[in-house]
Amino acid sequence: MKFAVVVFPGSNCDDDSYHAAKHVLGQEAEFIWHKETSLKGADVVILPGGFAHGDYLRTGALARFSPIMGAVAEFAKRGGPVLGICNGFQILLEAGFLPGAMLRNRDLKFHCEHVIVRVEQTETPFTLRAAKGQRLRIPIAHGEGNYYAPADVVQQLESSGRVVFRYCDERGDVTERANPNGAVNGIAGICNEARNVVGLMPHPERACEGALGSADGLILFESAVAAMAQEGVMRTA
Amino acid sequence: MNDEVLERHGLTREEYDRIVRALGREPSETEIGIFSVMWSEHCSYKSSRVHLKKLPTRGPRVLQGPGENAGAVDIGDGLAAVFKIESHNHPSFIEPYQGAATGVGGIIRDIFTMGARPIALLNALRFGPLDGPDGVRTRRIMDGVVRGIGGYGNSIGIATVGGEVAFDEPYAGNPLVNVLCLGVAPANALVKGTASGIGNPVYYVGAKTGRDGIHGATMASAEFDDRSAEKRPAVQVGDPFMEKLLLEACLELMQTDALIGVQDMGAAGLTCSTCEMGARGGAGVEIDVMHVPQRETGMTPYEIMLSESQERMLLVVKKGREAEVERIFEKWDLHASRIGEVTADGLLRVKDRGRVVAEIPNRALVDEAPVYNRPVKRPAYLDEVRALDVASLTIGRPAADFRRLLASPTIASKAWVYRQYDTMVRTNTIAAAGLTAGVVRIKGTERALAISTDGNGRYCYLDPRRGAMLALAEAARNVACAGAVPIGATNCLNFGNPERPEIMWQFVEAVEGLAEACRALDIPITGGNVSLYNETDGRAIYPTPVIGVVGLIEHASRTLTRAFAADGSSIILLGEGTGELGGSEYLKLVHNRVRGECPSIDLARERALQALLARAAADGLLLSAHDCSDGGVAVALAECCFDTGGLGAVVDLTPELSASHENLVSAATLFGESASRVVVSSRVGDEPRVLELAATRGVPARVIGRTGGTRLRVGVAGAVAIDCAVAEAEQIWSGALEMFFRRTAA
Repeated sequence: MKFAVVVFPGSNCDDDSYHAAKHVLGQEAEFIWHKETSLKGADVVILPGGFAHGDYLRTGALARFSPIMGAVAEFAKRGGPVLGICNGFQILLEAGFLPGAMLRNRDLKFHCEHVIVRVEQTETPFTLRAAKGQRLRIPIAHGEGNYYAPADVVQQLESSGRVVFRYCDERGDVTERANPNGAVNGIAGICNEARNVVGLMPHPERACEGALGSADGLILFESAVAAMAQEGVMRTA
Repeated sequence: MNDEVLERHGLTREEYDRIVRALGREPSETEIGIFSVMWSEHCSYKSSRVHLKKLPTRGPRVLQGPGENAGAVDIGDGLAAVFKIESHNHPSFIEPYQGAATGVGGIIRDIFTMGARPIALLNALRFGPLDGPDGVRTRRIMDGVVRGIGGYGNSIGIATVGGEVAFDEPYAGNPLVNVLCLGVAPANALVKGTASGIGNPVYYVGAKTGRDGIHGATMASAEFDDRSAEKRPAVQVGDPFMEKLLLEACLELMQTDALIGVQDMGAAGLTCSTCEMGARGGAGVEIDVMHVPQRETGMTPYEIMLSESQERMLLVVKKGREAEVERIFEKWDLHASRIGEVTADGLLRVKDRGRVVAEIPNRALVDEAPVYNRPVKRPAYLDEVRALDVASLTIGRPAADFRRLLASPTIASKAWVYRQYDTMVRTNTIAAAGLTAGVVRIKGTERALAISTDGNGRYCYLDPRRGAMLALAEAARNVACAGAVPIGATNCLNFGNPERPEIMWQFVEAVEGLAEACRALDIPITGGNVSLYNETDGRAIYPTPVIGVVGLIEHASRTLTRAFAADGSSIILLGEGTGELGGSEYLKLVHNRVRGECPSIDLARERALQALLARAAADGLLLSAHDCSDGGVAVALAECCFDTGGLGAVVDLTPELSASHENLVSAATLFGESASRVVVSSRVGDEPRVLELAATRGVPARVIGRTGGTRLRVGVAGAVAIDCAVAEAEQIWSGALEMFFRRTAA
């Protein structure tokens, strides 16, 4: 299984996603520079966290013009699994892969801390191995993670089961207190209609080893491997 | 040359005469500007140099001592830890966000310039009180500094893993922002800031040069004044994105062997980088400013040479490899401009469209800068403040004082601060900010590095010599508490105006104390920074040497943290107190006195304690370890209970004062800040081995209690002095700082 980690100028979690895929999970992984136009036969694409192109305009706003994004769009259209983490999620929003936008955190401050998210949707390549309602302890690190979309769009996301992760407390309850940034409906991650493109603000790649405080994030990577294996079986069948 | 011009350049008449002798003629306008910045206190260390020589800088692990962009120590596996601390005090007072941000940017450049991948940041901050007459301003400054540190470090993607924040009146008009960066490099491929090889091209890369940061004192010639009345801000604006590109491009270039040397353009910008690289390589450097990328039109050579625009690097590469070098920078959308070449004549030659505007021997600028052995005088205040009449203190209930201490901003949780920092990017952080020391693992090895910064200004005010010893001892003890062996230190010496003999006395005392402690603890100083003139309206800060210590943990999985790990563990106090209240947080907070003798320190015993910790941690005998500092053993015990989910402890302490001070016994025992003490916990059954190890090393050790329940109960000689639910204590401690800022918002 081969993970492609797209590197934009200003990506800073590229190494972390690569490390999780390659050294923790033992899968193949390759960095793809944003000026390239091919994903080089990758099975899974990760848009990592960071501040692509400096994020001086709007987070993720310039990255959608990077040459590689054409290949990512094509890959996604063919049903390939794409995971946008933090800034990668913001890029997916700006590039129109996913609906909605990011506002600054409710208290206008950057937050870096472990939070708990509840898995709402297991029918995506990144949550396949998780149980519905499973709580994952994963860190966030962002200043603009306050997910917003017009009420009708949120309604549509909710009714079509496209909310993948939601901030919750230790008991699994979605509360205002457990919501670190003010995101609408406590939304921490969503997917597209075809469910192969997932974006989330928390950093699963930072929660793949017990030594770092949590290994709950590993399930996203393991799910992707399982999903691709399944597809491989289907393909060969 | 008239006095007015000299004054504007901060040069004395004697210094000017020296310039004339060095050149054998009168200097040009540009040359006087160049001399003025290179001979400034900041670049030349002219007041501190004679004393800094007293610091021990060698050791078996030291790969690079002071003199390069940063120091480096061998950490095994063919790797080096590269680290340095630097101040950005004054800019942070003027413009907190950008001042702090550019401080972070500057120290990061020093680290990757050495060929190291930066992996951790720490910062030591000092502010005035958050309430009182300057409270509003202080909160604004602190908020800006914290956002600035986060804004730069979070963006560029380097984890901020630790540091400390303390509050005291003398910092109200002069906050301290000291930033430490740690990186890891191949031990055999450290990059130097050297220019050598006649004819090798000199490249400029990074942000364009603007008129920002040209220091007020050296800003303008008369001619320049006539042409531009506009005052430029002395604080620069940081661009972490540009620096991220520079970082990646430089590290990529360093993988090749095309590079000879590199230096960042920090203080004194292009001037400092050209002449220092030339002086180190024993070579000359010739540049033409017309090739320097400029942000504004009509800049004079004077302005270009003195600009302190951020995110710029100077490189010397091998002739014939230009295309390769340019290609790497172009990949990162950076343009490397060839601005000159290395020459044989040892001169810094600056041209403007071919016309020579400055021609100065590099040695004159760097090695032959003035050195002053300034007069010293023991300050008169010392005798008065060292006297502490304990009988005059009205002693209250320890339980109430304990709660007040937990809410004191210096002691309270700094979560409000470090939650704004990315503490884990690059997935190396094992123990995050807010713990005793920051710990980062070294991927690809079993090892980890622990880092801590410490420095108690109050102690140094009462006794700068002993205060500096205590600063090093505490930083080293903190990394030892993580299970690390201290292997190197970096210092940031923050003092007032050295031209005042009393301030100079503080400085000399502190440096000598630091040197003695470094020798006794066998920790070399590999570099650092001196920040003088920290005063406002003639009021100096407390003398504040901040010491950063790096320690090596052989097995990252054996890292210790401060929090008690299990119910029913034995609590052992290593070291013993003598009820010392001088300079303590208790005395300041409860009795509003900064008086007395600061805690004594026996350096041999301190070393034995740290060796004991490393050994006991490596043997797996300890479950946790936490240093006793501000607030004494009572606060240390409370902190051990925090972040455990409310695990309590029952402890009984031996009284630390004779009966002649009966009313003080509890307070002194609970809140006294005697040095060389650590609270550790171990499994029941392991404590005899810990005590035995301690005995063989001559470290006093005693089982003082056991973890369990949900309350912290501390007795003194059997009489309960503190009995508080951990949840309540933790709420006070964790919420105190945020309260000040909520007030601001209201």
